[in-house]
Amino acid sequence: MSDALPVSARGLFKRYGELVAVDHVDLTVEKGDVFGYLGPNGAGKTTSLRMLLGLIRPTEGSIELFGRDPQVDGAKALQGVAGFVEGPTFYPYLTARRNLRLLAAYDDGDSRSRIEAMLDLVELRDRGDDKVGGYSHGMRQRLGIAAALLRQPKLLLLDEPTTGLDPAGMRDMRDLVRRLAGEGITVLLSSHLLAEVEELCNRVAIIRKGRIVYEGALDELLATAATGYSLRSPQLERARALLLNQAGIGEVTSVDGSLRFQADEDAVAALSIALGQARIAVTALVPETASLEELFLGMTEGEQPGAEEAVA
Amino acid sequence: MITAVARVYEWEVLKLLAQKRTYLGLISAMLVPIVFVVVLVIQTGGPNDVPLGRYIRDTGLAAPFVVLFFMSIWGLPLITALVAGDIVAAETQNDTLKTILTRSRERGQVFAGKVLAVLTYTFVVVFAMGLVGLAAGTIAWGFHPLTSLSGTKVSAGHGFGLLVASLAVYFLPLAGIAAFGLLLSTVTRNSAASVVGSLMFALLMQLLGVLPGTESIRPYLLGTQFEAWHGFLRTPADWAPVIRAFWVCALYISIPVAAAYLVFLRRDVASQ
Repeated sequence: MSDALPVSARGLFKRYGELVAVDHVDLTVEKGDVFGYLGPNGAGKTTSLRMLLGLIRPTEGSIELFGRDPQVDGAKALQGVAGFVEGPTFYPYLTARRNLRLLAAYDDGDSRSRIEAMLDLVELRDRGDDKVGGYSHGMRQRLGIAAALLRQPKLLLLDEPTTGLDPAGMRDMRDLVRRLAGEGITVLLSSHLLAEVEELCNRVAIIRKGRIVYEGALDELLATAATGYSLRSPQLERARALLLNQAGIGEVTSVDGSLRFQADEDAVAALSIALGQARIAVTALVPETASLEELFLGMTEGEQPGAEEAVA
Repeated sequence: MITAVARVYEWEVLKLLAQKRTYLGLISAMLVPIVFVVVLVIQTGGPNDVPLGRYIRDTGLAAPFVVLFFMSIWGLPLITALVAGDIVAAETQNDTLKTILTRSRERGQVFAGKVLAVLTYTFVVVFAMGLVGLAAGTIAWGFHPLTSLSGTKVSAGHGFGLLVASLAVYFLPLAGIAAFGLLLSTVTRNSAASVVGSLMFALLMQLLGVLPGTESIRPYLLGTQFEAWHGFLRTPADWAPVIRAFWVCALYISIPVAAAYLVFLRRDVASQ
């Protein structure tokens, strides 16, 4: 179990009658990843997550969580795994504390001993004896995190954890995810909030109509969309003249007080030396990339040949 | 395995205790015999055409037996269905099934806990009704010897023993209705449909029992087993209907429970 991947899904396929919800999805989440699972509504994110958690049987394909298949090993495959899909749900007629006690009774180990600490962590200790039926959406989300952390997971699956939260709640949730990742918990985060993913995740998969259109490092994805470089300098004209005469530099334009140009990395390295030698001050020399949002929209909007109709 | 099921069972019972419908059923089961006795105290007539009905004012022991007869038609089936039809469907409707099925308990263990909780509720309902009926009857008419269905007198203590045995046998067909309700609850995922469906099933069983031409199958209908306790009140005791109730009800319980188990084990837990 120690060397096995937190998530390894191969050829995951789910069909409901004529509708294909998930179409041969491969997912690999490695230890320590904060993995963003992106897709528009109805793309198949939640169905994939439900299959990972053993709630839905795949029509085809295999899933392993730390080397165990939920369809073969049942609840044992969920050892070290926790989270929620489509928002956490609880028994509305029980208090938060009793809900957590119930879930602790459904866990192996000593989950019960951590209840108060988890209520503290999500700042619900004072409201722990209130019935969950009276909780706000944000409080339920926080209680969902507490319920997941009771299990001391090594892998946390969170489906849209910040949806419906107010800005402060979203910030707190992101801080919590960041902190948990910092403690070594692998996180698989489904979201359509791209800024959130960009802020938290190191790897992403983008799903469109049930199919993965990208899986890999977020940096690499952003790098694939590099549109050139931007240079800022208080001596803009001297810098422009140098750029125009520098080997490997092309398409130099002035935009909003900066210079934009096309170049490869070697040419940019040489340029930085040349700028220094020419004693031209530089306040910024940065690669310009498309935003994740632009990339996401490019990948998920419009028709793709052969794409089948998909459902959530 | 047993510990895991026991923990699920414990929480299934605690969940039932936290829900209004549980108390609605339980209180109804206890109110009916009280109302029945109060009405008989106020009025002069009696249910002379039902078993032990003519002796109802002789001893409080007769009251619960008479109430058993009336409640078997739809009262207790409805009270049972209220919980049995809801126990899985409510989890689906509230989307809490995903919450408990992503912990450390196997689906089979969760299902077993639910079955045990439903049977416990059914058992408690039967005994609550019987014992409250006995208490109400005793307050009204005293705790005297009981006249059996064979016309012989049995002591009050022996009569109490017969009541307990009768309630235990009466529980069996009701457990059959509970099992059917559990099946509907699992398959339909709709609480109201399961409750109504279970009640319809119980009424159908009763109806089949009174239709002409059904004599050959009558001993094997679930509704007939509600009368198995009559065997205890004969002198000597007639064990044939009691033994038949055991195996007939075992079938009515085990087949729906097995079917529900298979559905529960294999179902997709998707959003509604």
